[in-house]
Formats: sequence, structure tokens, C-alpha cells
Amino acid sequence: MAKKKETVGKTIQVAFALCIVCSVIVSAAAVSLRPQQALNQELDIKSNILQAAGMAESGANRARIEELFGQFEPRLVDLRTGRFTTPEELGVPDVLSYNQYRAAGDPNMSTRLSGEQDTANLRRRAHAATVYILEEDGELVRVVLPVHGPGLWSTLYGFISLEGDLNTIEGLGFYDHAETPGLGGEVDNPRWKSQWVGQKIYGDDKSEPQIRLIKGGANPDSEHQIDSLSGATLTARGVENLINFWMGENGFAPFLKNLRDGEA
Amino acid sequence: MSDVSAKKVLFEPIFSNNPIALQILGICSALAVTTSLSVTLVMCASVIAVTGFSNLAVSLIRTQIPNSIRIIVQMTIIASLVIVVDQVLKAYAYEISKQLSVFVGLIITNCIVMGRAEGFAMQNPPMLSFLDGIGNGLGYSIAILFVAFFRELFGSGELLGFTILASVNDGGWYVPNGMMLLPPSAFFIIGLGIWALRTWKPDQVEEPDFKMSAHKTREAF
Repeated sequence: MAKKKETVGKTIQVAFALCIVCSVIVSAAAVSLRPQQALNQELDIKSNILQAAGMAESGANRARIEELFGQFEPRLVDLRTGRFTTPEELGVPDVLSYNQYRAAGDPNMSTRLSGEQDTANLRRRAHAATVYILEEDGELVRVVLPVHGPGLWSTLYGFISLEGDLNTIEGLGFYDHAETPGLGGEVDNPRWKSQWVGQKIYGDDKSEPQIRLIKGGANPDSEHQIDSLSGATLTARGVENLINFWMGENGFAPFLKNLRDGEA
Repeated sequence: MSDVSAKKVLFEPIFSNNPIALQILGICSALAVTTSLSVTLVMCASVIAVTGFSNLAVSLIRTQIPNSIRIIVQMTIIASLVIVVDQVLKAYAYEISKQLSVFVGLIITNCIVMGRAEGFAMQNPPMLSFLDGIGNGLGYSIAILFVAFFRELFGSGELLGFTILASVNDGGWYVPNGMMLLPPSAFFIIGLGIWALRTWKPDQVEEPDFKMSAHKTREAF
């Protein structure tokens, strides 16, 4: 026995059999669990949107999250024109299957940002983004916009929620980042995030975003200032840049202006 | 290895022959996933499952494995199991799997799993090997839970997400020790833990590799 199993033939035989068995197990697991995983990812995005909008309920189950999210109407926005667009124009089956971050890597679906435009170091920006709109009795109540940009170690992905005046911040939340826990990771701290609530993005002329993260404490009278994060200069700078980029003329500013004027 | 009994292989690795504290294996993941207890618990369950079933699988086919490819065979089995565990976590514990991210995949390179497959499962029957895998997984779990307990308590003032020490950021009195959330703190805690364990069980203290002899030659001045 001991002698027989050391032959070349036997070695190949064992290796081959093992590969077959292992690959069957792995692919069976991957294929059978995929629908559940896709559901989780979708639910995760939805609960992040609710969180940014301040509508999340702790311990909400799947059905409740779906119900709350159902109040939102997801729409696609063409960032070049600042107007709503349709899934057909972008070549995707429906609104929710459009992935802005994947599109940003596709030369046909994104624009290269010049150094001057690229204040948040994004390099490329997708042509379109998914926004989530909440209306009550035909009145615009809330708009949730996706934002992202690099911090210190990682790209921060999040949502910012604006009130119906499209200027007052209702909430901000990052659902994916890898900043240093305890320092840059404090972007997740509820106390820090609560400072954003009620701040205004634009000044009186509603064009240039004014958000600043201030070291040593924000001026409590200012409508545009937020405390910086201690020990996390680069993360804080990243957050400031990405908010100002996405609220600026290369981000959602044209769309927000159109929406305000009722022309989106 | 004449006195291998089921009870012994299952419980010995927990304190008497702990893979982290005595064999100093699997330190890498002990540094990475111990910032919060809930994440650590899921990591423990994953490692126990992988060590148990990889030992079982390796032991089942141990008489068939040609010597020349035995390491790669073990590796393939372990890698497949880890992928399955990763997929299951993504489907049923999505939040936590996001926090564990790459470290579930890195169970493949966890020395404990490979060490037990090569060191135990290759020579012992399936049932005993399975128990040995579970036992070593438990030993690993005890050690990283110990580390995670202190890191979460002192790093964020919480345990399993419940506030124990109200931190200054939330309006309390406790100033969180930021170092506890960074990997080096796990080294200190593991070191202190090994010290405590070896004070309790002095037979684990290793003989010094060499003895310093008395100074014999006369030096300058």
C-alpha cells in the first residue's frame, strides 16, 4: 500500500479527484447562496440610505426596511445635464440595477475629470447617478444623494440626505470605508454625524458649496462649519473635499438647481 | 501519541496546549479581528468549523494521499472549506462578514489549521481528528476572545456593542484608549495572557536555549 500510492499515476489520480470534488463543493456553495447574498447587498444599500435620511429604525427587519425604503422613488440623474434620465438611455434594465461605481470605471459611461475639476481626487466620474426622492402630497420632502471620495487609506462611500429646500443637510453617513478605527473611523460616530444635521450646503447665491471642517472647533453660529476629526486630518480633508465636489458644479449642483426650479 | 483519547484531544488544546499561547500559531488573525467581540465570535465559529472539517477530510483520505503532494492536498481542502464558510457568512451574516472582510479568506493561511492537518490528522482516525480540530479551534477561540474582551472594553468602552464605560465622545467620562484598537495592542495582551497562563501552569515555561555562564575573562580596564 505504502509503496503503491507513491507512483506518478496515483499522484495524478489523487490530485485530479481532489480537484473535482473540491470544485464541485465550492461552486455548489457559491451558486446556491448567490441569491441570498445579492438580497443582502441590496438590503444593505437600502438601510444605508435610510440611515443617512435619519429614517432607520434600530432592529428593523427586512420587511420593515423594504417598507420604509418603498417611500422613496429612485431616479437616475444625468450629471452632465443635471436632468433626470431613463434606464434605457444608460442601457440598464432598471433603475436599481445601475451601479454608479462600476460605471465610473467604464470609459463609455464616465468622464475623465481634469485636475482642476477633480477637487476630490476621483479621477473619473460616471455620467449618471442614482438619487432617491421622497415626496409627500406632491411636495418634495427629501432627496438622498450618493457621495464618495478618498480619505486617508480608503475610498469613503456614503449618502447625504437633503431637506426639501435642497440646501439643508438632514444627515450624512458612510457605509463603506477603511479609515483608522478611533481616528478617521470616527466618521461613523453618531455624535460627530449629528453636527451635520441642519447645516446649509450653499450660501445665499446657491451655487458654490460652503462646507468646511474646522480644526479646533466649528463656530456654532456658522451654518457651514463642522468640527474636524481629531487625529484624522487627511480623512477630514477627504470628507470636506468629497462633499464640496459632489455638491459642486461637477457633482449634483446643476441637478439640484434644476430640481429647485422645477425643471429637472 | 499512545494515550490519545477523545476527551484529551478535545480539551487539551484549550489551556494545556493552547495553539496561540503555547505553540504561538495563528497570531496574525489574532491581531486583526479582535477589535470587537461580536466580530471575534463569528471568526471563532468560522475557524472551529474549518479546523474541524479540514481535519476530518484530511484524515478520511490520509491513506490515499501520496507523500509528495500531501501539503498541496491539505491546502486545497482547507481553501475549499474556507471559501464555503466565506460564502455562508456573506449570505447569512452579511454585516459581520463585511467587517471580517479579507480575514475569513486568510483562515487559509492560519498556521493552526495547516498545522493540525499535517501534525495530527495525517496519523489519526477521522473521528479523533475531527475532535482535535474542534479542540484546537476552541483553544484559538478562547485566546482571541480573551484579547477581544480587553480590546473592545478599553478601546471603545463597550462589550458586544453595549456601553460599559461611557466614553467622552458620547458624553461620558471614559477616554477610549485608541491604541487598543490598533493591532500592536493585541501583542501586549497576548504577551500578558501567556505570562498569566504560564504562572498558573509553570510546566509550560520553556527551558532556556542556553545558559549565561559566569564572566571569566578579564576585560580592558
